[in-house]
Amino acid sequence: MRYLPHSEADRAKMLATIGVKSTQELFDVIPDALKIKEPLDLPATSPEYAVEAHMQALAGKNHTGGDGPFFVGAGAYRHHVPASVDHLIQRSEWLTAYTPYQPEISQGTLQMLFEFQTQVAHLTGMEVANASMYDGSTAAAEAILMARRITRRQKIIVSGGLHPQYRDVLKTYLTRDEGLVCRPPNRQGTARIIDEVDETVAAILVQTPDFFGHLHDIEALANAAHEKGALLIVVVTEILALGIIEAPGAFGADIVVGEGQSLGNPLGFGGPYVGLMATRQKFIRQMPGRLCGETLDAQGKRGFVLTLSTREQHIRREKATSNICTNAGLCALAFSIHLSLLGELGLKKLARINHANACKLADALENVPGVSVLNKTFFNEFTIRLNTRAAPVVQALADRGIMAGVPVSRLLPDEGELSDLIVLAATELTSDEDIAALVSTLTEELS
Amino acid sequence: MSKTVYTEDHEYISAQESAATIGISNYAQEQLGDIVYVELPQVGTSFKKGDEIAVVESVKAASEIYAPADFTVTEINSALEADPAQVNTDAMGAGWLMKGTLANPAQLDELMDETAYAAHIA
Amino acid sequence: MSMNQQGRPTGIENSTNGSCEGAALLPMEPLLFEIGATDHSGVDLPDVELNSSRLGAYERQSPLDLPGLTEPEAMRHYVRLSRLNYSIDAGLYPLGSCTMKHNPRLNEKMARLPGFADVHPLQPVSSVQGAIGVISELGEWLMALTNTSAVAMSPKAGAHGELCGMMAIHAAHTANGQAHRTIVLVPESAHGTNPATAAFLGYKVKPIPANSDGTVDVRAVEEALSSDVAAIMLTNPNTCGLFEPDVKKIADAVHKAGAYFYCDGANFNAIMGVARPGDLGIDAMHINLHKTFSTPHGGGGPGAGPVVLSQALAPFAPVPFVRKNGQELELVEHAQGSQSLGRLTAFHGQMGMFTRALTYMLSHGGDGLTQAANDAVLNANYLKTRLETVFSMPFGAQHCMHEVLCDDDFLKGTGVTTLDFAKAMIDEGYHPMTMYFPLVVHGAMLIEPTESESLKALDAFADTMLELAGAAKAGERERFTSAPRKAPMRRLDETGAARSPKLKWVKPD
Repeated sequence: MRYLPHSEADRAKMLATIGVKSTQELFDVIPDALKIKEPLDLPATSPEYAVEAHMQALAGKNHTGGDGPFFVGAGAYRHHVPASVDHLIQRSEWLTAYTPYQPEISQGTLQMLFEFQTQVAHLTGMEVANASMYDGSTAAAEAILMARRITRRQKIIVSGGLHPQYRDVLKTYLTRDEGLVCRPPNRQGTARIIDEVDETVAAILVQTPDFFGHLHDIEALANAAHEKGALLIVVVTEILALGIIEAPGAFGADIVVGEGQSLGNPLGFGGPYVGLMATRQKFIRQMPGRLCGETLDAQGKRGFVLTLSTREQHIRREKATSNICTNAGLCALAFSIHLSLLGELGLKKLARINHANACKLADALENVPGVSVLNKTFFNEFTIRLNTRAAPVVQALADRGIMAGVPVSRLLPDEGELSDLIVLAATELTSDEDIAALVSTLTEELS
Repeated sequence: MSKTVYTEDHEYISAQESAATIGISNYAQEQLGDIVYVELPQVGTSFKKGDEIAVVESVKAASEIYAPADFTVTEINSALEADPAQVNTDAMGAGWLMKGTLANPAQLDELMDETAYAAHIA
Repeated sequence: MSMNQQGRPTGIENSTNGSCEGAALLPMEPLLFEIGATDHSGVDLPDVELNSSRLGAYERQSPLDLPGLTEPEAMRHYVRLSRLNYSIDAGLYPLGSCTMKHNPRLNEKMARLPGFADVHPLQPVSSVQGAIGVISELGEWLMALTNTSAVAMSPKAGAHGELCGMMAIHAAHTANGQAHRTIVLVPESAHGTNPATAAFLGYKVKPIPANSDGTVDVRAVEEALSSDVAAIMLTNPNTCGLFEPDVKKIADAVHKAGAYFYCDGANFNAIMGVARPGDLGIDAMHINLHKTFSTPHGGGGPGAGPVVLSQALAPFAPVPFVRKNGQELELVEHAQGSQSLGRLTAFHGQMGMFTRALTYMLSHGGDGLTQAANDAVLNANYLKTRLETVFSMPFGAQHCMHEVLCDDDFLKGTGVTTLDFAKAMIDEGYHPMTMYFPLVVHGAMLIEPTESESLKALDAFADTMLELAGAAKAGERERFTSAPRKAPMRRLDETGAARSPKLKWVKPD
């Protein structure tokens, strides 16, 4: 087997050194009744080319983003990743290192995390960010728990514009309590949750741009929350938006969580992605997840270490802020490299292109009979309403090679009045030809 | 005349009548090593003997501090927020954690005096 | 002849003094914010006109202050930074409990096939049958290796898998009218995530003491069991590197008391293809794909923690899961109308890790996986034999599984601590083993070589360890307390970092 270095002679020599006759003897502690007797009913060792053929066959059954016009978003976005990003993250020293437990021989990872934290703080307009979380949805769940620890209050009001799967994750995490109040999905993005904030509320959680694409007045929400001693949590599932829309931190958000996939990370059928979390300096001890901090070495040289780990499970055990034991290291690296390559200049341009393409798409769809665009505001994603149920139309278009977005009913099957809606995204990869193809095919399907 | 007594868990309490100052012993700070953070309760909170009243953190450990007696917090040592090292340099003095009013000063009689505590840690 | 005297000198006459530290290839790299500039960019993009913005009143006014790097600058920055990292590809990485095995590059190649990388999780299911096929196939391998009836694929990491398993247990008790069970038994040697997970779900954690031989005391478990106990969380093989010989007895007692058995699968690499957790009586176990199934550790994530479930817990598995409908694969994405515990993450889990893990399994085959576990255990026992004359091993009387545990007794009187010893290993070119874990042993050193190491590599490592131990005993204290001296940095001030946290770069005044 190509990954196992021992020859039979090596094994024999080692067994002799140990003083046993066979490896089986090393497993003597496992009672016989519990051991596997027959060989497992699994395929045998395979050469690389055979494995490759098997995986190629599976891959070949999927319609990829590059196969045709593509407008699917709703929390994961098809962006171009520069070739150098993928080259760099495959370097052995990034790919095959582990958690930087020994800072003297992990300064690469540590400095990268420090740079990542700074980038995320600047992007969100917050004072500090952690070294990343699993993804946006679990970061949102951790954020509401963090808000409860800070305020010592229980009630969380969740806006109806939150991505439905994010909302489901929050419900799972808080399965045992009544404190989670989820507003019904609101396709117009106009519901006022400000009126519901009172002194029992730990936080309001709002997504912008929201699931339907609408942008929200974060400042008004922050003021309303702060007036009652509550916190404002802002969720951003398309982090590229912050290249052109105002940073939640500038509007007074207390915790910002986001999905960082759009930078550096491919769609990859939903993961692994990179969760972002940023907050105010004064809340750092209540923030979950790894943190990297600057310090000096014994000779006064600047270096970086994991810090404030007393919040974490390996020290606090049952009193930890969270059971999280990892971050999304390699995805955070890809995010950070892509953002360094873009820089402020590139990020703004990229965000502008996305917005411009989405405007073009919206204008074109507005002219399709039977389609209306619901959004007054959006970044690169918006919602259309059809004169018929959306899911069969999306399926029909998919069968014709066009990925026309996400029918809202896929995520909210119980909301009958939303069954005529599609959420569509445009990115820098969306061409005029793609839009024209969608418009003509959709026109045919609806007529 | 104030007196200082100790718990088996290395908290100390210095009291004059019902006015008390609470901290961790010099022995405790030595054992914990470099203290990097102290989490203190809110003024006005009342505790029963044995309740967790604070957390003292070193880089690699977090240690809970327990109430040596029933009391209500009247003041916390907010200087520790900026300079937690004071617990290391002067545990029995500037490194105090909180002041409070004892509900029942007689409870202190159950604790160890200087001599008994010295024997306890020996 | 023509006399050409233009050549450079080729001797070594003048460069024989001083030592060679190799630092020339390891320059310290400034921060991105110190070398980048906001008017630099490594991505060429057209300037577009926005004829009509739909941004309303929300256009960004606040500064971004994000420096950019052109491509050559970025290559240099990240290549230089990378060289400050130790990695599996560069050397033996004996972190106990972390299974730092070789990460095959075929995995990476497969994960990057556009058919996997360029596919959206919310495309119509008919257009992603191959992707769902990967989830389904991997799940079947995991169930076969563990003899279990269901698998939850979506957990994002081991700790997330623990959460999933314990939530399934919670849901099962609630459904069975047993919600009053509020206690979870956790052995003292457990990984910190176990009690953290139990507490997260509102359970009270009751520690179970270990026997003097490092295994769980069955009688202590039996005594602790009651109608208030919801579950036991046990790692097997345990964190001392030992197989729990009484695991079946424990499982039976737990089940008899109406509780469930959560197994932490962090150490599954030792028994993969040798024993199946389902046969040991487990109800739920997470499997760290980044440990056992070779997906890259990536500097600390992303992980992936699928959870296999017994029949009793299967109905409570989270969404999404794959269901077969003839030739078609369906994705069940909603919990409504079922007993499912709900959704643990947006989308379907760590697909990129599934692709890699499946590639790894197909490469090894069932026979290869069994051989991998055998070699992992062989390697650990070989190291144990080579080291045991000098190193103190509190539970050394028995064979270990895939990792060997030492304490610091052999350093008594030397003035050298476990930490010093670890730092001295760095100077010898090795990443240190896991230190000070498990907590049940003083100054613990947990060494896991994995099956990826050759006999020569193991011998070289053992020689170094023995030489270091000899040096410590010979009184070369300074060599340890001042270590590392040959790494890119000397020891770092963690106290200072924690007392006044600097968590981002701030522009100097």
